[in-house]
Amino acid sequence: MIAIAAAGVSRRYGRRWALTNVGFEVPEGALVMVTGRNGSGKTTLLRVLATALRPDMGTVRILGNDVGREREQVRRDTALLGHRTHLYEPLTALENLAVAARFLGADAGRPALLARLEEVGLGDRADDFVQTFSAGMRQRLALARTLQQDPRVVLLDEPYGHLDPPGFLLVDGLLQRLRRDGVTVLMATHLVARGRKLCDRGLVLEAGRLVFSGSVAEMPQTDADAPGFAEGA
Amino acid sequence: MSHLLVALRKDLLLQWRGRAQMVAIFAFGAAALLLFSFAIGPDSLALRQHAAGFLWLALLLASTLSLAESFEREMEEQALEGLLLLPANARALYYGKAIANWAQLALLGSALVPVMVILYDAGTIRLFALFGVILLGAAGLSAPGTLYAAMTAQIRGRQTLLPLLLFPLVVPVLLAAVKATSLLILGDPMGQVRPWATLLGAFAVVQWSVGGLLFDRVVED
Repeated sequence: MIAIAAAGVSRRYGRRWALTNVGFEVPEGALVMVTGRNGSGKTTLLRVLATALRPDMGTVRILGNDVGREREQVRRDTALLGHRTHLYEPLTALENLAVAARFLGADAGRPALLARLEEVGLGDRADDFVQTFSAGMRQRLALARTLQQDPRVVLLDEPYGHLDPPGFLLVDGLLQRLRRDGVTVLMATHLVARGRKLCDRGLVLEAGRLVFSGSVAEMPQTDADAPGFAEGA
Repeated sequence: MSHLLVALRKDLLLQWRGRAQMVAIFAFGAAALLLFSFAIGPDSLALRQHAAGFLWLALLLASTLSLAESFEREMEEQALEGLLLLPANARALYYGKAIANWAQLALLGSALVPVMVILYDAGTIRLFALFGVILLGAAGLSAPGTLYAAMTAQIRGRQTLLPLLLFPLVVPVLLAAVKATSLLILGDPMGQVRPWATLLGAFAVVQWSVGGLLFDRVVED
């Protein structure tokens, strides 16, 4: 089954087109890397897929549901980890997860939420306020919050951002677990070498246009493949 | 309904965490009342006659701070967007926030009453009726205030835009609230408080209905 089907997707901010006529298909359960330079449209694409933005032209279907007309269902099936963490700074880590769990109708009890926090290495900071967290800790908490939805499609925008080397391994582990569970993952990243190892497919964007869509083995070399590009652990 | 309760619980918790800000907003309202009293001078009759107007002006000015603050926390890390994508019901999010803002404004208005009594010598024995008018007036301010705070939250210059958009819309609420409060302070031989309170209630019903209908258009792309 096709998990994500985009056709002729365009989106503009004012007079500048951030995405132009982007079309691709992703089979269910695939792990897809989206790469491209800063400003190439990766974040806009993920936000359109997540229904955070409406496309100005084109259609997107997530698991057969149109992102415009069947937004509620798409949102139930999809989770987005964006540049912004979607967290409340004056609340504790546990309270942030509890708010999301209650909206989802999931178990908002302390043991269940602590297990989520343990998973991202924040078990001992459950009752600390998010405003006291470092950027990397916020990213870990945001990851936990994203996966709370038990989504069928996960959209990750720079999931390795702000993380330390153990955090990189944590994300690697989460991606592998999602793959085992049959979850479809689209991950925007500049860490191309890492993406080549972990992902099945790749999408390359250039100035809002899709210039490559296919298996990572066939993906062209990018700036991030250049020698000396540091990827962390 | 369950989303509304979850949203309300979240907003009340956020307000509790920001209670230091609430104290500062109360101090702002009290300072406004003090400055208005200087403008009238020592004439005790004139002070009593203007007390209701200045109470509601102080509350209106303070409300723009608290309403804007309530959406700052939603926008810092796009937390509101995160809830919409869960998906949380947009209308429930609006009513949760508006009820929490209503409670905050009613509390603020009630806290300003003793300040008004001291500065303007403007007491009333009809305390329950006065708090009823404050509740209705706060409802009329919080519903459009929440909607416009959401609308301006992502705009530069929102501190200026929010009052510019909100004040014209709440003029009827302000007029009715001032009139009803004034009658309670100065005496109500013709029994006019009830019709003014009914008018306040009617405005509130309209504002709350319109706010709920428009909120998702305001917060969704």
